[in-house]
Amino acid sequence: MNGRVPKKYLFVVGAVLCTLLLGACAGQSSTTNTSAPTGPIKIGADASLTGDASDDGKAIKQGYELWADYVNHHGGLLGHQVQMIVYDDATRPEQATLNYQKLINVDKAAFVLGPFDDAFTVNGAQVAKKYGYAFVQGTGTSPGDFTHGLTNMFSVSLSASRYMASLVNYILSLPADMRPKTAAYVTSDDGFTSAQVTPVIPQLEAGGVKTVLNKIYPAENTDLNPIAAAVAASHADVAILGTSALSECVSYLKVFKTQRYNPKILIATSGPDQGSSFTQAVGGAKGAEGILVANGGWWPTIKTYQNADFVSAFTQKYGGTADDISSDTVQAFSVGQVLQQAVNQVQSLDNAKVISALHQGTFNSLQGPVKFTSDGQNQLALPYLFQWQNGSLIPVYPQGQAQANLEYPKPAWSS
Amino acid sequence: MSLIIEGVVLGIMTGGIYALMASGLTLIFGVLEIINVAQGILVVLGAYFSFWLGQHFHIDLFLGLLIIMPAMFGLGVLLEWAFIRRLRWDRITLSILVTYAIALIIEGVLGFVFTTNFQELHAWYIDAAVPIFGFFVNDVYIIAFILSVVLLGALYLLVYRTSFGRRLRASMQNRTAASLVGIDVPRVQAITFGIGVSLAGAGGVAFGATNAFNPASSYDLIYRLLVIIILGGMGSLSGSLVASLVLVIIGDVVALVWSPVWSSTVFFVLLVALLLFRPQGLFGRMGGRKQ
Repeated sequence: MNGRVPKKYLFVVGAVLCTLLLGACAGQSSTTNTSAPTGPIKIGADASLTGDASDDGKAIKQGYELWADYVNHHGGLLGHQVQMIVYDDATRPEQATLNYQKLINVDKAAFVLGPFDDAFTVNGAQVAKKYGYAFVQGTGTSPGDFTHGLTNMFSVSLSASRYMASLVNYILSLPADMRPKTAAYVTSDDGFTSAQVTPVIPQLEAGGVKTVLNKIYPAENTDLNPIAAAVAASHADVAILGTSALSECVSYLKVFKTQRYNPKILIATSGPDQGSSFTQAVGGAKGAEGILVANGGWWPTIKTYQNADFVSAFTQKYGGTADDISSDTVQAFSVGQVLQQAVNQVQSLDNAKVISALHQGTFNSLQGPVKFTSDGQNQLALPYLFQWQNGSLIPVYPQGQAQANLEYPKPAWSS
Repeated sequence: MSLIIEGVVLGIMTGGIYALMASGLTLIFGVLEIINVAQGILVVLGAYFSFWLGQHFHIDLFLGLLIIMPAMFGLGVLLEWAFIRRLRWDRITLSILVTYAIALIIEGVLGFVFTTNFQELHAWYIDAAVPIFGFFVNDVYIIAFILSVVLLGALYLLVYRTSFGRRLRASMQNRTAASLVGIDVPRVQAITFGIGVSLAGAGGVAFGATNAFNPASSYDLIYRLLVIIILGGMGSLSGSLVASLVLVIIGDVVALVWSPVWSSTVFFVLLVALLLFRPQGLFGRMGGRKQ
């Protein structure tokens, strides 16, 4: 060897460098599709269609597909039909990352929408930010979701830390002789559930409600029987359960029923909001009677933007009744609504323009008005308290929107 | 104090169910010298079998064992003939791969047929409970515990009081020598595998009666079952019974009295400490098997 590099190697190196350079330029320029589409507009999302969170994931997919159908029947998005693409992440956050990359790079989706739950939402928003996409989502509401500097992420739903505000207000509004004396708090360390439960503790303690049990368990814990037994053994007047899935909630309720534990107030962060899936799992309407769930503000008859059409479309397409509609479906539809309004405001499919509009504008949704703070939280969302009464999940607090008085104390389990 | 008692009682009930599930696993290892990683999904398969019988034929979940156990026995014999018997060398390592593949296939089929939604076994007595020491215990837990005791007792009689049991124990001690004295070792292995899978099915019914389940439930199950047979001693039936009770009781008491966060940690610290001084487990034998 004489130390000189053969020309063929220089040619190969140069070709590789040019290819890389072209690829980088293509990656930059293909971040968002700003050219006028000639066919349907592709809008993509990730959802947990299989795995532990499949109930929620399927409900989200229903919401997106309903919204796409609705938009297409009403002139489309900027005159173009919407084609919804939803990929399954099998309840694995890392798969959500891959799905969003595929939606953006392979499917060339014009927009991407949020998945179910916090970890998946953050992963998806990070991918979207990398490619300059707006990321409107409805289920990533834990405080931690808004600490990643994701200026492209917009949560249309009530933030988790404010979910229980109405419960606290209700309890503290009771006369001292009627107010519950003790409370038990159990929650998984999931960001969504612990963010709801943890702020309640000092607020209720300040109001004279003594904490008799406060347990946090790993989210991957599958055996909840001992924890549920501890809650039952505490005989607390108030039981606040930080559950992240229907199956968790049902595990608690089974033990409570067995142990004849009848708290005056029983609330779970997830599970009771799953419509007929919940009532079927707890033995019908009687099993659900009096159970509370915090809600970001939706019920079938609420007079919010496009809600009547939404309920009608849902029952037509999926059957059942309005009470079968999951909150995940509502959140997903709301996401679509907000995106559509932002696109219509700027009359463009440019994600940068849409992001700007989302930061500045006020929008309407099934869940009420939407306006985003600088970190993407919905500052206009109101916390409501819902309760199962006679087979229906109805708003009971604040009283201005209540369809009935809050049933207090909760009726004892019927055998 | 009442919480500790409740933890112990619940632990005994649940531990009996885990002992039933683990007995098949340790039996299979003892005779065939393979680690059946598919035991978890076979338990779940038993639960789904019972679910299917209940949904379509309205057969009571415990009466359905009369169908489930023979069917699972047949499945076990078939799996042994099709996959396990073909393993000639490096059986332990290859058995992990092969049985893991079987587990994935079964999990996929279950997910396709039943979806991944959580299911529960139902019976008219599912919510009935009896008071014990100031708290209530589900009738289903008690029935499942009795079932476990009965089946484990029957297994003990089979292994220690029958001619087949003598052949089985001979195969456990030394497969080559057993073959030399005229024992049909492949037949013993096939029947043993069938018994192990059948016990998994019965354990699945007991598990499904007391827990919600879906195809992914097998992952949590198999790690617990493996820990049980390691703690009890690989191949020891009495060891798997004692280890099951120890595992569940410690877990439940710690979760109830201290914190669920430390439940698994405390158990595994104790397990490591035990294995440091007694690596063969509680009832295992030192020195391994001579072939």
